[in-house]
Amino acid sequence: MAGLAASFGSGAMTNSVSELEESDTIFIIGSNTATSHPLVATRIFRAKEKGAKVLVADPRKNQIAAFADLYVRHKPGTDVALLNGVMKVILDQGLENKTFIKEKTEDFEGFKSQIEKVDLDEVSKITGVSVEDIKTMAQTYAEAEKASIVYCMGITQHTNGVNNVKSLANLSMLTGQIGKPGTGVNPLRGQNNVQGACDMGGLPDVYTGYQKVTIEEANKKFAEAWGVPELPSKVGLTIPEMISNIEKDEVKALWVMGENPVVSDPDANHVVKALEKIDLLIVQDIFLTATAKLADVVLPGVTFAEKDGTFVNTERRVMRVRKAIEPIGDSHQDWQIIQDISNRFGYKMAYDSPEEIFTEIAALTPSYAGITYERLEGQGIQWPCPTQEHPGTPFLHKDGNFSRGKGLFHAIDIKPPAEVIDEDYPFWMTTGRVYAHYHTCTMTRKSRLLDSEISGGALEINPSDARILDLQDGHRIKIASRRGEIETQVMITERVEKGVVFMPFHFEETNVNKLTNPACDPIAKIPELKVCAVKLEKA
Amino acid sequence: MDYQNTLTTCTYCGCGCTLFLESIDGKLTGTIPCKTGPVNEGKLCIKGWNVHEFVQSDKRLKKPLLRKDGELVEVSWEEALDFTATRLKEIKEKNGSDAVGFCASAKVTNEENYLMQKFARAGIGTNSVDHCARL
Repeated sequence: MAGLAASFGSGAMTNSVSELEESDTIFIIGSNTATSHPLVATRIFRAKEKGAKVLVADPRKNQIAAFADLYVRHKPGTDVALLNGVMKVILDQGLENKTFIKEKTEDFEGFKSQIEKVDLDEVSKITGVSVEDIKTMAQTYAEAEKASIVYCMGITQHTNGVNNVKSLANLSMLTGQIGKPGTGVNPLRGQNNVQGACDMGGLPDVYTGYQKVTIEEANKKFAEAWGVPELPSKVGLTIPEMISNIEKDEVKALWVMGENPVVSDPDANHVVKALEKIDLLIVQDIFLTATAKLADVVLPGVTFAEKDGTFVNTERRVMRVRKAIEPIGDSHQDWQIIQDISNRFGYKMAYDSPEEIFTEIAALTPSYAGITYERLEGQGIQWPCPTQEHPGTPFLHKDGNFSRGKGLFHAIDIKPPAEVIDEDYPFWMTTGRVYAHYHTCTMTRKSRLLDSEISGGALEINPSDARILDLQDGHRIKIASRRGEIETQVMITERVEKGVVFMPFHFEETNVNKLTNPACDPIAKIPELKVCAVKLEKA
Repeated sequence: MDYQNTLTTCTYCGCGCTLFLESIDGKLTGTIPCKTGPVNEGKLCIKGWNVHEFVQSDKRLKKPLLRKDGELVEVSWEEALDFTATRLKEIKEKNGSDAVGFCASAKVTNEENYLMQKFARAGIGTNSVDHCARL
C-alpha cells in the first residue's frame, strides 16, 4: 500500500467493487481473481457481458485469463518492464490525458523522460510479450471511457513491489482513469480484515487511520487519550525484522494473535528456528496451529461466529460482525483476553463491549469519526466518513483531487528479482492460492467438504518440462531452493509456461515457504514470495 | 427448538460478503447468502457456503495451554493470564520495551486489533506491531 500512498496520498482501493460493472475496460494484473476473490470476479464477468474489454497480464494462465479479451503471459518479476512498455505506447501515440496531467498531477516531466528511453523491442524481450500485444493493451486501456485496474499479491509480493504499484498509479494518472466511478487503481485485499488491521494501526509506523507515530501532534493526541505520559515515537519493527531480531537476542517476547507465520512467512525453517529460540511466545488462536505448537502459552480465542465487532472489506467498507453462538468450550473473547492481560500487566482497561471500543476508535480517527454501530446497520459505510451526516465514500480522489493534493508521478526503472535462475537452480518458482482454501488452511481444512475438494498441494509444471524430467501426472518430485527442500506430486498443465513452476502455499505438509525468498521490498517490506529459483528432481 | 438467523460478514477473504449464520439450539447448522449484501448480492463462493463448518470443529482449542517440562498442558485462565502478564513484565523490565513484539491480525476484528496495538504502545511502550498484510 506504500506505493499508492506515495502516488495518491491514500493506500486503499480507490473505487468500489460494484463499480467494476460500469467499467469499459478492466485491466487485471497479478490477481487470480476467480480463485481468490470470487465475488469480485462475478462483477468482472457481468461487466464483460455488458461489453467491457478484459485485459489480463499474469505469468500463470489463471482462470480469469480464460475470460480475457487479451491475455499476456509476462515472465515473473517483469511487471515494471511491461507497464513501462504500455505507457511508452500511450505517449508515442498521444493517448495520454494532457489536461488531467497538467491540472491534477506533478513530476510528470521526470517520468516522461524515463519512459521516452524505453525500447519496445527490448521490453518484448524482457517480458516475453509481443510488441503488438503491448500496443493493444495500451490502446484498449487508454481509449476506454472508464478503465479500471485490478491487482493483488502478484504485483506486491516482489522486492520491487512498491515500484510495481507506483507504475500502475502512473498508468492511471497518465490517462486520467481515476477519480470517477468505474475507474481507479484497485488492490484486492487478500484477507477478510487486512484493511481493518491496517486502519487500526496494526502497523509499526502508524496509529489508527494512518496517523504517524513520528508526528508529534498525533503522538501527543494518543498519549493523552490513552492516559500515558508519553508514547514511543520511533517506528517499530515489521514481522520479518522481529524474526531477525530474535536471532540477534534483541526481541525476547512475541505475542501472535490469529496468525500462523510458520506457514505463511517466507523461509519457514528460519522462522521456526527463531520461534524456538525466543524466551516467551504467546499465541492467541482458535486452533493449535504450527505456530501455536511452538508457544509457551496458548490462549484460545473465538471465531467470527462467536463474536461482535467490525471487519473492513477490500473497498474500505466497515461492516458488522455479529455473534451467532456462544464461545466454544472455555474459549474467551479476543478483546477480553487482551484486556485481562493488560490489567494484570498494570495498564488499566475497562471496556464492557466491542461497541465501546469502536466508539473510542471513531473518536480518535478522523476517517471513522462519523461511523457508529447504529449507522453500520444495513450495508455498512465506506471510509472516509468524517461526520455523522456523511454518507461514506464509494470512490476516492474525486475529479482528480487527490488525498495528497496532486497525484505524484514516479520515474520507475526496471530491476530484476532478488534471486534469478542459474545453472544450479534453473526453474522460476511462483506461489499462490487454490479456490477451496484460505491462507494457511487453519479454517478451511477443518471443513469436511472443502478438505475433500482439494486436500493437498501439487506442483504445476509445463508439459514440455515434464517430458524432459520424465514426469507424469501424480509422480512425486523433489523441489529445492537455496533455503530448503520439499517433496510433492506434480500436476502437468499449460497454466504455467516452460521454465516456470507454481505451487499453492496453503498446505503445511508441503510448505512451499520453506523454499521462498525472504528478500523484501525496501519500503513496504513485503517478501518476494512470487519469485525464486528452484531445481527439480524426480523423487 | 430455538432456530436463529444471524446476519454477519464472511471471515474468509476481503470481498466482505454478508451472510446469515443459521443455528438451532445454539449450534451452527448452515449458511445463507444475504441478498442485500453490497458486494455479493445473494451469492457466495464455495468457501462462503461452508463457512460455518470449521467453527464447531473437534480441533478447536477449548482451554488455555501452558508449556510445562517441555509439554503444552491445559491450565486455568487465571494461571495462563497471570503467567503471560508476569513474563511480559519481567521481559520489559530486564530487556526494555522494544524486546517485545506483537503480531496483530488480518483475521480478527477492528476492535481486537485496536486493543492489541493500544496495549503494545501504551502498555508495553513499543511500536513493534505488525500483521501479515504483506503475505
